[in-house]
Amino acid sequence: MGLLVQLSYFLAAVLFILGLKAMSSPVTARKGVMWAGVGMVLAVVATLFHPYIEGVTNLVLIAVAIAIGGAFAWYTAKRVQMTEMPQMVAVYNGLGGGAAAGIAAVSLLKGTHGEDGTSVAAALGGDVATLALLGGVIGSVAFSGSMVAWAKLDERLKRSTLVENHQYWNIGLAALTALLAIWAFNTGFGLPILLFFAAALALGVFITVPIGGADMPVVISLFNALTGLAVGFKGYVLGNLALVIAGTVVGASGMLLTFLMAKAMNRSLANILFSGFGAAPAAGESEAEGEMKEVGPEDAAYMMGYADRVIVVPGYGLAVAQAQHKLWEMIELLQRLDVDVKFAIHPVAGRMPGHMNVLLAEAGVPYDLIYDMEEINEEFEGTDVVLIIGANDVVNPAAREDEGSPIYGMPILNVDYAENVLVVKRGRGAGFSGVENKLFFRDNTRMVFGDAQKVVAEMVQTVKGI
Amino acid sequence: MIEVSGFVALYVFMLAAVAGYEVITRVPVILHTPLMSGSNFIHGIVVVGAMVSLGVAETPLEQLIGFVAVLLGAANAVGGYVVTERMLEMFKRSKKEDG
Repeated sequence: MGLLVQLSYFLAAVLFILGLKAMSSPVTARKGVMWAGVGMVLAVVATLFHPYIEGVTNLVLIAVAIAIGGAFAWYTAKRVQMTEMPQMVAVYNGLGGGAAAGIAAVSLLKGTHGEDGTSVAAALGGDVATLALLGGVIGSVAFSGSMVAWAKLDERLKRSTLVENHQYWNIGLAALTALLAIWAFNTGFGLPILLFFAAALALGVFITVPIGGADMPVVISLFNALTGLAVGFKGYVLGNLALVIAGTVVGASGMLLTFLMAKAMNRSLANILFSGFGAAPAAGESEAEGEMKEVGPEDAAYMMGYADRVIVVPGYGLAVAQAQHKLWEMIELLQRLDVDVKFAIHPVAGRMPGHMNVLLAEAGVPYDLIYDMEEINEEFEGTDVVLIIGANDVVNPAAREDEGSPIYGMPILNVDYAENVLVVKRGRGAGFSGVENKLFFRDNTRMVFGDAQKVVAEMVQTVKGI
Repeated sequence: MIEVSGFVALYVFMLAAVAGYEVITRVPVILHTPLMSGSNFIHGIVVVGAMVSLGVAETPLEQLIGFVAVLLGAANAVGGYVVTERMLEMFKRSKKEDG
């Protein structure tokens, strides 16, 4: 039986890697996740026959836990809106981190069964105990941190300060966790182990609370990578290569993805983790000049209907207003008028990289009309009309021009090089990051104020009449 | 069971890290969110570790923690799969290029 179990784990590991590989292209991505799914089912079923598992009670407990956890996740995952995807990924990721921490706790507690005076390290072996503790702290931080990330993105948690001088608290808590780990390592009691997990969970909360909503996707991605790493360590502790390989592959790819995201936002990871964005207003930010010029949806629609080339820049606000279906209806009408329409997506549009693509795909927009920032930035010059819906910071020329601006240096879509810029916006306020946008005051910019869905619906009516 | 220890584990760890890094370097931005979700699903394999942990649990405390770990791991795997699938099934090419 042991051989079949091992064979299943091996196949699962192969399927995971091939699946991730297939997920790197939109054509094969669906197959990829299905392969990985087959691998998962194979590994789970095989584990039911794992020679280590003893006793009917534990087997029943396993079945019940899988049924409850699986049913809860199935129900929530089927119901979640596409706009809420980032926080949902955070939740599932946190649960994985929690599971990794739980495995660590069980392994460490088993190390206290030795004769009196035997330390956990001696009972388990120094390497196993070390990795159990490491995986424990990483899993716990990923768990509590991901839950905070979820609460913040879901706007259930608005505050970004828990205590004064949170940096010192973080350092203090980290030191406390380390000391408790050393204590747990060297003694044979259960108490330090439980205290260690409590401290690690608190550390995750304290690290994540001060981080601003705009930076949260990077943090979720980081926690995702960390959970993978913790799972890899657990694989070593349990002597299970499938966990080692799957966890490490996710850890490495997740770290790379985290750096790619941070780079797209022009923020270093250290900067995100150890400072609050927008907490202190930038000193030298210069005032915007000129005034906003307003135009109605009908006039805006005529501008687009008689243009040769239009580029649409969608942002999260579009999805919040649930206007993406209407927008695509309008684009299809424009295409019938022989207008060349493209979508330009900033790497951090939406709540995380690629989120906007998912939202547009949901509305039925084919992905070959959608262009990345690098692909399309040259094309704004020579474009008749740029339509910006629900995007703000990613088109703010201050990122290019104003050294005093908090977003200075962030790569942006150069929409201001186009002939005309139309901005659909709910009100006159600043964006998600709280930074004033100078684009709105430019001579070639026209503002269309109103709810995105209503505005686009009116545009559709007008375009139909052309 | 296969003995995974010392340097063998280190080699496996290193090679898996390289594989993870290589697999993702050519991913277009449009797939970043599904990919994060997909890799999130893959570390749901933790449920297997949790099952073994609960399987060998002896005291009631260990059983409780093991039970919660399996529950969380299963939720990670199932939720991760469903949301990834839901996102990916929406990606389509233009109709005109299909026909």
